[in-house]
Amino acid sequence: MKASADLPMGFARRWMRLRGLVRKEFVQIMRDPSSIAIAFLLPVILLLLFGYGVSLDAEHVAIAVVVDQPSDLTASFTGGLVRSRYFNPIFLPTMAEAERAMRERRASAIVRLRSDFAEKRLRGSAPIQVVINGTDANTGRLVAGYLEGVWTAWLVEEARASGGSVVVPVEVEERVWFNSRIRSRDFLVPGLIAIIMTLIGTLLTAMVMAREWERGTMEALLSTPAAIPEILLGKLIPYFVLGAGGMLQSVAMALWLFEVPLRGSFLALLGSATLFLLAALGLGLLISIVSKNQFVAGQAAILGTFLPAFILSGFLFDISSMPAFVRGITYLIPARYFVAILQTVFLAGNVRSILIPNGIALFVMAVLFLGLSRLMSRKRLG
Amino acid sequence: MTPTEPAKVVIEARDVHKSFSAGKRLVRALRGVELIARRGEVTGLIGPDGSGKTTLMRMIIGLLVPDSGTIHALGRDATRDSLAVQAVVGYMPQRFGLYEDLTVQENLELYADLQGVPRGARLERFQELTHMTGLGRFSGRLAGRLSGGMKQKLGLACTLVRTPELLLLDEPTVGVDPQSRRELWAIIDRLVRDDGLSVFVSTLYLDEAEHCDRVVIIHEGEVLGQDSPGVYSERMRGRAWTVMAAGVKPRAIQARLARVDGVLDAVVQGDGARVVGEVGWTPEPSRLLAGLEGATLAPAAPRFEDAFIDMLRSRAAGVEIAAPGERPIPNRHGDGPVIEVEDVQRRFGDFYAVKGVTFQVARGEVFGLLGANGAGKSTTFRMLCGLLPATAGRLRVAGVDARTAAATARERLGYMSQKFSLYGYLSVRQNLNFFSSAYGLAGARRGDRIRWALDQFQLAPYADAQSADLSLGYKQRLALACALLHEPEILFLDEPTSGVDPLARREFWRRINALAEQGVTVLVTTHFMEEAEYCDRLAIMAAGKILALGAPRDVKRSAVAAGEAEPTMEDAFIRLIERDQGSRDTT
Repeated sequence: MKASADLPMGFARRWMRLRGLVRKEFVQIMRDPSSIAIAFLLPVILLLLFGYGVSLDAEHVAIAVVVDQPSDLTASFTGGLVRSRYFNPIFLPTMAEAERAMRERRASAIVRLRSDFAEKRLRGSAPIQVVINGTDANTGRLVAGYLEGVWTAWLVEEARASGGSVVVPVEVEERVWFNSRIRSRDFLVPGLIAIIMTLIGTLLTAMVMAREWERGTMEALLSTPAAIPEILLGKLIPYFVLGAGGMLQSVAMALWLFEVPLRGSFLALLGSATLFLLAALGLGLLISIVSKNQFVAGQAAILGTFLPAFILSGFLFDISSMPAFVRGITYLIPARYFVAILQTVFLAGNVRSILIPNGIALFVMAVLFLGLSRLMSRKRLG
Repeated sequence: MTPTEPAKVVIEARDVHKSFSAGKRLVRALRGVELIARRGEVTGLIGPDGSGKTTLMRMIIGLLVPDSGTIHALGRDATRDSLAVQAVVGYMPQRFGLYEDLTVQENLELYADLQGVPRGARLERFQELTHMTGLGRFSGRLAGRLSGGMKQKLGLACTLVRTPELLLLDEPTVGVDPQSRRELWAIIDRLVRDDGLSVFVSTLYLDEAEHCDRVVIIHEGEVLGQDSPGVYSERMRGRAWTVMAAGVKPRAIQARLARVDGVLDAVVQGDGARVVGEVGWTPEPSRLLAGLEGATLAPAAPRFEDAFIDMLRSRAAGVEIAAPGERPIPNRHGDGPVIEVEDVQRRFGDFYAVKGVTFQVARGEVFGLLGANGAGKSTTFRMLCGLLPATAGRLRVAGVDARTAAATARERLGYMSQKFSLYGYLSVRQNLNFFSSAYGLAGARRGDRIRWALDQFQLAPYADAQSADLSLGYKQRLALACALLHEPEILFLDEPTSGVDPLARREFWRRINALAEQGVTVLVTTHFMEEAEYCDRLAIMAAGKILALGAPRDVKRSAVAAGEAEPTMEDAFIRLIERDQGSRDTT
């Protein structure tokens, strides 16, 4: 489409139209409680839920302990379980009762010390029987590991006390880098910021653009001299501000409420967030340009961006342990790159080898989605 | 078409074609449209729903591209030079894009920004516009809280923030009460007279043709004519007659005359009927008035509507309606009223949607509820159907209390809503099957009734067509057939004719009349004032109250002082509303 020469296409006119559109959008945001809720309330709820409620660490796991023939020796072992912060032992007299406890989910594992425990200990080994509820494979594996740890520690302790020796092949001295407290919260909260911004950026934009189509306001808008870039920017700017606000709020909560360290620079955080937000907004615009219907746009935004960001971004599940095919899909998800950057900036620092390639990927996606949005919108109906 | 100087032409369409694909079907929205609109005139585009009016409007403003042909607006190619056209043409779409969560003032500001109205000029312009539209008092109100008529006026004001040279209005008066409709037309007239604006306005109300300098008639994507309204009606001179018969129901006169050979059109008018004959037809009083005791025949002035009907009839093969009166509905509860509404109120929070409404409807009566959007018609309807409990008062339908025995009452009534409530993806037959099972019809009776519906409504040729693909007139037939499957004693019709072309509307009323003759009680809401003439009695509602109740003639008389000439139903309606507003303002 070419603009005629006799048209008042001056910068002032363009600026006036853009400002009018942006102001209109802000007034609508202010008057519509649902967009405020999505931008500011939902992040708080998600952060509180994941920060306090969801933890990938296994602590205070209830386990059933059955001691067939109690003695000083068994008491010394079970004492180790009681002292451990990982376990909450429940002492039960018979194996049958322990099994019932596990079936009723009152215990995640059973530790049984058979009647020959003391006798075998004297002969050098002291096997314990461990039954793990493997329903939750992750917790199960952790519990098995912790139990083995308690048992090994006890054996070493016993051996020292009795002057005997236990052959421990390798002495492991652990030092955890980056998340030294090994709190899963420190790892979840930064990733969560990416999820929240996907929600604000994509869902809100997809819905509000579709709303204009549904309510017939788009037809009136298109019939004015407003050009497509002005209409798109009129949506991008307000929701960029909203998304940035949501992000700053989330970062503040991460730093001061959950005490997640920020080891990298704030600037790196801001820069990558800007790129990600642009990609998310572009995707939202694209969805609503294609669907023109709030219901479909909302579904597409949730199924097409929010859920994949949740599952495939590396926020909850480690990407490197996914099958190759699924790993391939993750490259298409903008949140993947942002989660990698966020986890690095918060927990490790400004690691260039992570920031630069992921930042470039975000930039490419932002350009792609925004460019497609521009190309696919015309001042035409149908 | 008379040749017009190029400088005087504001819109010119040349051989415009446009098709859309709707599902598997190809819809030919425009087929070779040729038209011209002149500077400083109001050009009306009149045609029923689906005739291509909106498609044409959207092409003129450059929002749609024709498949072939050219469209010029103010000398610019609307397709190639869309931005230039949009800078000088004001367009008000059918559902104008008001932001309902923005105030009146904020909407005006937004469109002033978009149209590039300089800041300094705004205050004066806004004052002019709000004064003209009567919106001054409401500048701080959210657009969503305005009445339908107010919204349309605000939409018009937004379109006019920067005085355009050409104004395109797509059905600006649809869904607007008669009073606001009149006010909108007054605004348009003033814009043309004072500012020399050219206006191109589409409508489906035939009476609005009188406001136009020239009228383009469009039907099924083809232009049937473009001339001044006077030229159209002049063509019909000598073909219109009025028939009066004291003591005979006007509806009965109309029904009789409609069946006479050579009669093109017969409508109820006042105490009698108005007849339009085919070309060269001369009414023979002895034959025409046979069986009508003391009937008189007089020539009538032709009007635009006659020409419109004449044009459509000559194109559409006449639909013969078999007299449906095969068996009368049994009278199950004596001579008492079938519908009784006594001092009924319905409150939503502290807002009274209906306050103290009382009326009765007798068996076999056609009773109309007239009123603007928000007058309380639909709320009254829903309470009668047992879909909404009344806050206070008594409602009896077919002898049972609509509040406590809603299900029993519902078995005896048929309901047809404005939206026709059909399943678009189901075929005609599947819809009939579904509704017959919903009404609990089974076995032989079910088969009988479905055959009756297909036959009676001439739906058999379309039995396997998807109902979404039917024309609006056929959808209306199917919806009525579905509502009649279980042979209800009472028929509730909610805006049954909205958007349907005049021919389909006439046919529809003939069916309703026949049903009433069989003893079916009909309750109908409508915003077509002339349709009120088909009712035996009617109530005019406003702000939840009944302003007037009675036979059409009594209602019309009640609106004017003794000795004044009988007004049209629309005039009467507006007068009653104004009187009511006046009395409320003084108290």
